[in-house]
Amino acid sequence: MQALQVIVSGISQGCIYGLIALGFVLIYKATETVNFAQGELMMLGAFLGLTATAAFGLPYWAAVPAALLAMAVFGLLLERAVINPILGQPAFAIVMVTIGFGFVARGLVTMIPGWGTDTHTIETPFRGQVLRAGPLVIAAEHLVIVAATVVLSALLYAFFRYSRIGVAMQAASQNQLAAYYMGIPVRRLNGLIWAISAAVAALAGLLLAPLTFVHVNMGFIGLKAFPAAVVGGFGSLPGALVGGVVIGVVEALSGVYLPEGFKDVAAYVVVLLMLAVKPNGLFGETMRKKV
Amino acid sequence: MRFVFKTAYAQDLGLFAHGVQAAWYAALAVALVVVPWLLSPYLVSQLTFVLIYSIVALGLMLLSGYTGQISLGHAAFLAVGAYTEAVLAAKGWPFPLSMAMAALLAGAVGVIVGTPALRVKGIYLAIATMAFNIIVEEVLARWESVTGGGSGLQVGPLAMFGWTVRDERGMYYVALATAALVTLAVVNLLRSPTGRAFVAVRDSEISAASMGIPAARFKAISFALSAAITGIAGALYAHQLRIVTPDQFTVLQSIEMLMMVVIGGLGSVHGAFFGAAFVIVLPQAIAVAKDYLPPAIGQATGLQPALFGLILVGFILFEPLGLYGRWVKTRTYFQLFPFYRRGMFRRQKAFMKSERLR
Repeated sequence: MQALQVIVSGISQGCIYGLIALGFVLIYKATETVNFAQGELMMLGAFLGLTATAAFGLPYWAAVPAALLAMAVFGLLLERAVINPILGQPAFAIVMVTIGFGFVARGLVTMIPGWGTDTHTIETPFRGQVLRAGPLVIAAEHLVIVAATVVLSALLYAFFRYSRIGVAMQAASQNQLAAYYMGIPVRRLNGLIWAISAAVAALAGLLLAPLTFVHVNMGFIGLKAFPAAVVGGFGSLPGALVGGVVIGVVEALSGVYLPEGFKDVAAYVVVLLMLAVKPNGLFGETMRKKV
Repeated sequence: MRFVFKTAYAQDLGLFAHGVQAAWYAALAVALVVVPWLLSPYLVSQLTFVLIYSIVALGLMLLSGYTGQISLGHAAFLAVGAYTEAVLAAKGWPFPLSMAMAALLAGAVGVIVGTPALRVKGIYLAIATMAFNIIVEEVLARWESVTGGGSGLQVGPLAMFGWTVRDERGMYYVALATAALVTLAVVNLLRSPTGRAFVAVRDSEISAASMGIPAARFKAISFALSAAITGIAGALYAHQLRIVTPDQFTVLQSIEMLMMVVIGGLGSVHGAFFGAAFVIVLPQAIAVAKDYLPPAIGQATGLQPALFGLILVGFILFEPLGLYGRWVKTRTYFQLFPFYRRGMFRRQKAFMKSERLR
């Protein structure tokens, strides 16, 4: 029974990893670049939510969409200002730009009055409530995380499957040049992808906030989302979520059943094994360019 | 303006393009040998750090600048080198031997970690090395019987064949000699077929493969060499700091190393040195500038990372060739004096290169 309890909390933690990984994968599919600042976008989203509830006194259910919207606009502007000018440069340049942006974000947050280096809590309406299912005890925070992840995935699925823009984005991610020829405004779509990805990151931050508090370095959890993305196969949206859950569960189990210290590295051991055994991940596309 | 007329094949094989260049490097060598006698011990030890970081940057430059691969785990190779040196020096091995051992071990670890990741796309190496770095950090903190756990290992003074280095100057000269040898090795490697293959793989794996260059193998060679060079730097690092602890070798440290090569200038040996000097000088400059800033900014803990990040982003957007690029442009300006044009170094229009099929 203890194992089941651990697995449940692992799944909810894994959903967070999955959401961050989803952000990477969205951007990777669209522009073939990896955003190493996804964790920092998440941190900024959580801080915006904090400001909305604490400083402006908005209720939680209004603060969440406000923070998501603000982060979406921020993502759009970020893409315009920093990423767009260097598209086409080697992947290296973009990776370094996002790493640099992460440093800037983390540094600037410490300078903003009211944010700073302290830890904060976001007041949520479901704080401290639990659900009892037989012998299982599930905290409401965990349930909300899982539910929000499921709803968001459904929304994204519908968006990419049925909306005009979503289909255009799929086309652009499959072949940019062909998409250009078909009259799809690829550059504008790239900005939109960054907006969606930033909003997803902000949601992850707001969901994570009740579990770990809001602080400057909460973005480092983004480093655990890379293993999630790789396990799922970089470039597959459902893969990112499944990878996140796998990493979360493995981590939770190794925290209980393995000696101390294994919990922190479990995700990374999994990703190294995955690269050795099945480098394209669970849902990865195995295609090679023929010369 | 100077025109170099090539009249013999030996000119193509020589290390220097012309006599004046050789004379400049000779002057630099003399200056580097004399300088510790003119500076305070603190500055000499800072210079030693610059040299050690330069060796790291050379290793990373080989991988990132010339082979085009991203590693977010070079601090782990520095750690392997440093801990190997700490353990072997305690056993009384002479420094050259233990340093060679540190390089070998770091290189071997590099092969084991890099090979699986290098079979797939470029970004996977970054993630695999990052994972490796975090695992190494944890192992160093937990494997107490060998590494001393979180409190780390004390390292004795550098000793070889009856000579024990006791002051900053001695350490400086050891670092200088090592850096010079490594530089020579890297420069010569880059002129060899192997080095040319690295550059070919960087520019296009597909066309490299069409020319009969096995891309995966050369990426692995580059990665192993890069790790080995970083291991050499690690051996010096251990003696310079006299203590090694796990928290010196975090992923953040790896990112700082990567910044070093990007700011210095990707794809240039000079850039490795410029980048190393920059990374050492900037924190000191910030410490001085702090007093003149308003306290809300000056006293914030995030000032240094924010500045590092801003400078990094600025360089990539506006000066992708880094400090070395700036230096080349300035030099060209004076060489051509009234005829320098603004567009001479303009970036070529680049298009998205897809790694995917379809």
